[in-house]
Amino acid sequence: MGCPQKPQTQTPQLGLEKFSSALKRHGLKLDRTRCRILQVNVGLICDLCCRHCHLMAGPHRQEAMSAQTMREVVNFARRGGFEMVDITGGAPELVPGIEGFIADLAEVVPHLMLRSNLTALESPERENLLRTCVKHRVALVVSFPALREAQVEAQRGSGVWEKSLAVLHRLNALGYGREDSGLQLHLAVNPGGAFLPADQAATERRYHRELQRRWGLVFNNLFTLTNMPLGRFRRWLENSRNYDAYLSKLASAFNPAVVSGLMCREQVSVSWDGYVFDCDFHLAAGICQGEKLTHVRDLPGPPPQGTPIATADHCYACTAGAGFT
Amino acid sequence: MPTYYDPQDLDQFAAIGKDAPELAKKFFDYYGAVFAEGALSAREKALIALAVAHTVQCPYCIDAYTRACLEKGSDLEEMTEALHVAGAIRGGASLVHGVQMRKIAEKLTL
Repeated sequence: MGCPQKPQTQTPQLGLEKFSSALKRHGLKLDRTRCRILQVNVGLICDLCCRHCHLMAGPHRQEAMSAQTMREVVNFARRGGFEMVDITGGAPELVPGIEGFIADLAEVVPHLMLRSNLTALESPERENLLRTCVKHRVALVVSFPALREAQVEAQRGSGVWEKSLAVLHRLNALGYGREDSGLQLHLAVNPGGAFLPADQAATERRYHRELQRRWGLVFNNLFTLTNMPLGRFRRWLENSRNYDAYLSKLASAFNPAVVSGLMCREQVSVSWDGYVFDCDFHLAAGICQGEKLTHVRDLPGPPPQGTPIATADHCYACTAGAGFT
Repeated sequence: MPTYYDPQDLDQFAAIGKDAPELAKKFFDYYGAVFAEGALSAREKALIALAVAHTVQCPYCIDAYTRACLEKGSDLEEMTEALHVAGAIRGGASLVHGVQMRKIAEKLTL
């Protein structure tokens, strides 16, 4: 079975326009351009249980990409002609064989990116992974959602703050985030609740200033991300009776100008068991790419230009405000 | 009407322009310009607005600027400190009038 979980039942939204209708009303359609990016979700195993996680990853999860699937993904990356592979999870750092996977991918694609929650890099056991990342110039995108301990730990759990700072210092010491090192360190910042993210440029300026001033830390860029109404975050929205208002907020912030630049138009996502999705959020929702669930080993290459992309209400999170591009 | 304040009314704010559209336009244009990024950031302005909202005790403004502060990246620690600034000024404004009290009392008493 390739789908990670059953498609999540859509809560009826009184008065919420379907995402596909919003596209149509603006004379837009969502289809693929040239597929440049291969996103690989290597598993749901994670050391944290973040309250906003759309995949409900955590220490209790066992899903992790096998060595066989890693080989199939590398072969797919080779024949797909991708410019970049974006490795995500869960915590990819905890997946057995991740170092070899990165090394094999580095031979077939020019750019690699690894998403990290920071804490999973904290153990001395991760030194080999860090060396692998440095060797292959893997760009790191790390979660650092707030500048205060209480806010970070309310979202990500107790003890995360100190570990995150320690790992950021370690990454800076390796050269990550430093000018001219060639080692890119980017921060991912998401809101601490049922509201939209702050302006990305203003947040980046503030984080540059505050991280340097308070801890002497540096990074390259910062990305603000909208919380996706799926998985654990959706449960929280429903339990706290924020779901309807949050969906309405996302829908009312629909920005037609960002549709042409949405990341799903130029990437394909592969799950830990090798199945193909339009994006990591559709993966979480169990909405497969194309008409049927397909394994990478059966694909000659990425979906061709013009292929329609499935839509759902959670797509509003990618088109709200400045968008998820 | 169960209460004088209805949260849905906030969305109807623009209706205030129905019988005085030119004045409303001037006000809303001014309002937009005030909160634009300037010498102060939009985040800092939202924190000031939150403090003022508590000073004037406007529930619409408290609702709107709590959300605005969160969406502009402020956290509860910063927002609470902003409220204490408002509280300090309110409290200080009362206490500083104590000088008047003392002067009057000194004049009237033996």
